[in-house]
Amino acid sequence: MSLSAFLPALPEIFVLAMVSLILVIDAAVDDSKRYLAYVLSLATLAGAAFLTVRDLSTMPVLALNGLFIDDPLSDVLKLFLYLTTAVVLVYSRTYLRERGLYKGEFFVLALFALLGMMVMVSASHFLTLYLGLELLSLSLYAMVALQRDSSVATEAAMKYFVLGALASGMLLYGMSMVYGVTGSLALGDIAIALQDGTDLRIPLVFGIVFLVAGLAFKLGAVPFHMWVPDVYHGAPTAMTLFIGSAPKIAAFAFVIRILGQGLESQVGEWRDMLIILAVLSMALGNFAAIAQSNLKRMFAYSTISHMGFMLLGILAGTQNGYGSAMFYVLIYALMSLGGFGMILLLSRAGFEADQLDDFKGLNRRSPWLAFLMLLLMFSMAGVPPTVGFYAKLSVLQAVVELGYVWLAVAAVLFSLVGAFYYLRIVKLMYFDAPHDTSPISPSADARIIMSANGLAVLAIGILPQPLMALCIHAIGASF
Amino acid sequence: MDSILSLVIWVPILAGVAVLATGSDNNAVLARWLALAGSLAGLLVAIPLVSGFDTTTSAMQFVENTAWIPAFNIHYHLGVDGISMPLILLNSFITVLVVIAGWQVIQDKVAQYMAAFLIMSGLINGVFAALDGILFYVFFEGMLIPLYLIVGVWGGPNRVYAAFKFFLYTLAGSLLMLVSMIYLYFQSGGSFDIQTWHTTTLGMTAQTLMFFAFLLAFGVKVPMWPVHTWLPDAHVEAPTGGSVVLAAITLKVGAYGFLRFILPILPDASHELAWFVIALSLIAVAYIGLVALVQADMKKLIAYSSIAHMGFVTLGFFMFNPLGLEGGLVQMVSHGFVSAALFLCIGVMYDRLHSRQIKDYGGLVNRMPVFAALFMLFAMANAGLPATSGFVGEFMVIMSATEVNFWFAFVAATTLILGAGYTLWMYKRVVFGQITNPHVEELTDINAREILLLGVLAVCVLGMGLYPKPFTDVMHVSVVDLLAHVAQSKLP
Repeated sequence: MSLSAFLPALPEIFVLAMVSLILVIDAAVDDSKRYLAYVLSLATLAGAAFLTVRDLSTMPVLALNGLFIDDPLSDVLKLFLYLTTAVVLVYSRTYLRERGLYKGEFFVLALFALLGMMVMVSASHFLTLYLGLELLSLSLYAMVALQRDSSVATEAAMKYFVLGALASGMLLYGMSMVYGVTGSLALGDIAIALQDGTDLRIPLVFGIVFLVAGLAFKLGAVPFHMWVPDVYHGAPTAMTLFIGSAPKIAAFAFVIRILGQGLESQVGEWRDMLIILAVLSMALGNFAAIAQSNLKRMFAYSTISHMGFMLLGILAGTQNGYGSAMFYVLIYALMSLGGFGMILLLSRAGFEADQLDDFKGLNRRSPWLAFLMLLLMFSMAGVPPTVGFYAKLSVLQAVVELGYVWLAVAAVLFSLVGAFYYLRIVKLMYFDAPHDTSPISPSADARIIMSANGLAVLAIGILPQPLMALCIHAIGASF
Repeated sequence: MDSILSLVIWVPILAGVAVLATGSDNNAVLARWLALAGSLAGLLVAIPLVSGFDTTTSAMQFVENTAWIPAFNIHYHLGVDGISMPLILLNSFITVLVVIAGWQVIQDKVAQYMAAFLIMSGLINGVFAALDGILFYVFFEGMLIPLYLIVGVWGGPNRVYAAFKFFLYTLAGSLLMLVSMIYLYFQSGGSFDIQTWHTTTLGMTAQTLMFFAFLLAFGVKVPMWPVHTWLPDAHVEAPTGGSVVLAAITLKVGAYGFLRFILPILPDASHELAWFVIALSLIAVAYIGLVALVQADMKKLIAYSSIAHMGFVTLGFFMFNPLGLEGGLVQMVSHGFVSAALFLCIGVMYDRLHSRQIKDYGGLVNRMPVFAALFMLFAMANAGLPATSGFVGEFMVIMSATEVNFWFAFVAATTLILGAGYTLWMYKRVVFGQITNPHVEELTDINAREILLLGVLAVCVLGMGLYPKPFTDVMHVSVVDLLAHVAQSKLP
């Protein structure tokens, strides 16, 4: 195999090289030069983005003996992964420094996680999918546990690890069964082998059940959601921000690769499972979120409901459906960044700002941040003209196209329940008097990025076409 | 000038953003003047709609149509006919009054208050002008955000409850409407165009289900009995300006939806289920009229009277004759003037005495004669006295109901007694009699700003009552066309 065979994976190779470099450099410098790791991480993301943009593919290219695929879908998703990770780094800088977590480990782990996600996004083989997933998961476990003196964080990391390992086990078990039926681990070969049906229906269905269960674990869909609230709540907010944003994009790719590409012909089998997962997630996520007084926990349940909504797009099993789910997950990542980012911006040394009451009277303390949060909340609730509405619209459209009108009705009724707790945040910010009047002074870069983040929710809401077209194109050109 | 409608929508919104940019209350004076200029500009750009309006055609006028989200075939498609044009004008006009009404009363977060009203005004104009389903929905839902804040931030003691109730009620209705719209998209072969939907064939089951979805969405906004309970709460807790906009404009959005969506898109279900809407409307007229009679809070009383009056509107729509439809439309515009004026009157009193309880007043005429005279005019209009605008619409609807069924007309006509009962009884207790509350003794009559507000509305109320022809002329062709449309079955 010549060197040029590695070219499609150039961004991944670049990130890996840079992570190693950062690891070495960071070990050699003292605390006063810690910013080096920060700057180098951002440079890594920029470099990777450059390499990805330079080689934008117009059609799928299989590489590395069919282990790796470079298609428009992976390119677009990777670009959003870089962007999300970069925003995470900017938001969390001050927070980490105030808590003594501003160390090379954080950046190295974040970049390793990113590398894992990139591999997941570009995988066309069960083996690479699994490798990417494990690289991501192991990095995340360590990130959650990074705050060693916090017992909640350690507990969260433990839970995350145990349940994550269980989910990985299920996935592997499902993969092995599918392998047994089809004789291949490559997604393309599996799809071909299953096209004309198989005599081994029972093992195949078993395999699909295990795969779907494993995927549901990773997405945090009910009834496999138990880890989500505890991890979101227990992890330091900067880690929650990371877990709640970029990995969702990767998880989407993971699901699309396995179900949409590998098991495409078995849509009749997995659709019903996804319907159950989606309805349960929307129901439990929205109702449980109402009862929370901790904002991180509330967002955790809201994530569960959003993942349920995204599953609606996937279960349609059509290109429109996948496109809408992709749009949904990108928008969700944007909103989630904003929501957790706001908690980070409001927190300060010794104060976490993660209680609902901490948002009381924000409009008096900082009208601009309150306004941005207002946009984010209405977007999560799916109220136009914010972009959350179009995300919901496109998913609902995919479901109705399939003829599942009842499912669309159920989905909108659950999102009505959801609107209540998002409105409550707006109420706290605008209707109530502040009980804490200390000044809010986020760093300038975080403030600028937050402004861009909040306004993007409105701007994409007014002109959603470019992003929507991008998603549809990426899906259309990759399937 | 091809973009009049865009101007009508975007001038107030951009003015609102500019007002918002003035920031803190240190610049309150600037914010007020900027808001006034913005609202006046909004009214000014709407005037070509009247002067250039062609009353001989039922086709959409001032049409703008550009692709907005081609991925879903969603268009930025605007246009008005004789039904929507008067409503846009009413809205632009009321916005100016609302800005003036809040001039002195609002001292807290002035810029945000004024901006919320301006932005909402633009969004409501968008609702009336939109000819694309999703565009309509965006405006329809988007207006909830400023209204939620207006009720919640500047409202009374129970404002949080009222704001939530209002928001969730209306959202519940509109979400089901959204699903119906997506369904229509597929039924019509991939179009969100409302006029295309008007010609889409639909089976009876689909029509019936969608009828109830749309009925919930618009019925909550109208509001119809029994989904009306958010309105008194929201009204009581809203600031004066909020009440004015709620009563004068947002209720019309619901009624407008009947004419743009339910009747032309679902004609068969509309005929089949007309009895249902008529029953609800008559309950609203008679029962809610009785409820209004016993209210001790003036704002609540007017809120219930609004529900009763809107019952007339929906009743007129489902008579399926030109007289009833036009009567309903006239009633909508008239109610816009009258309810706005009454809420402003209550605002005038509330600003002075900080009470809305009828029992805290009495003998007002001794201290505030000018106000008492104007208030009387509006009370009479609310009761439906001939020569006021309130009479015209009610009379037309009752006439049309007589054509259909005597008993409909009979029940509807009770409003003439009940309306006079609750309005004039309230007026008597508040304005006449002995002064029992020592604070009333200290009141001063209304100032020039308030006279201007109420005077302008008085002219409108009388003008429309004495000579309603210009209004009905504008509507007539569109109404006849709509009825011709509704008469055609759309069953496959």
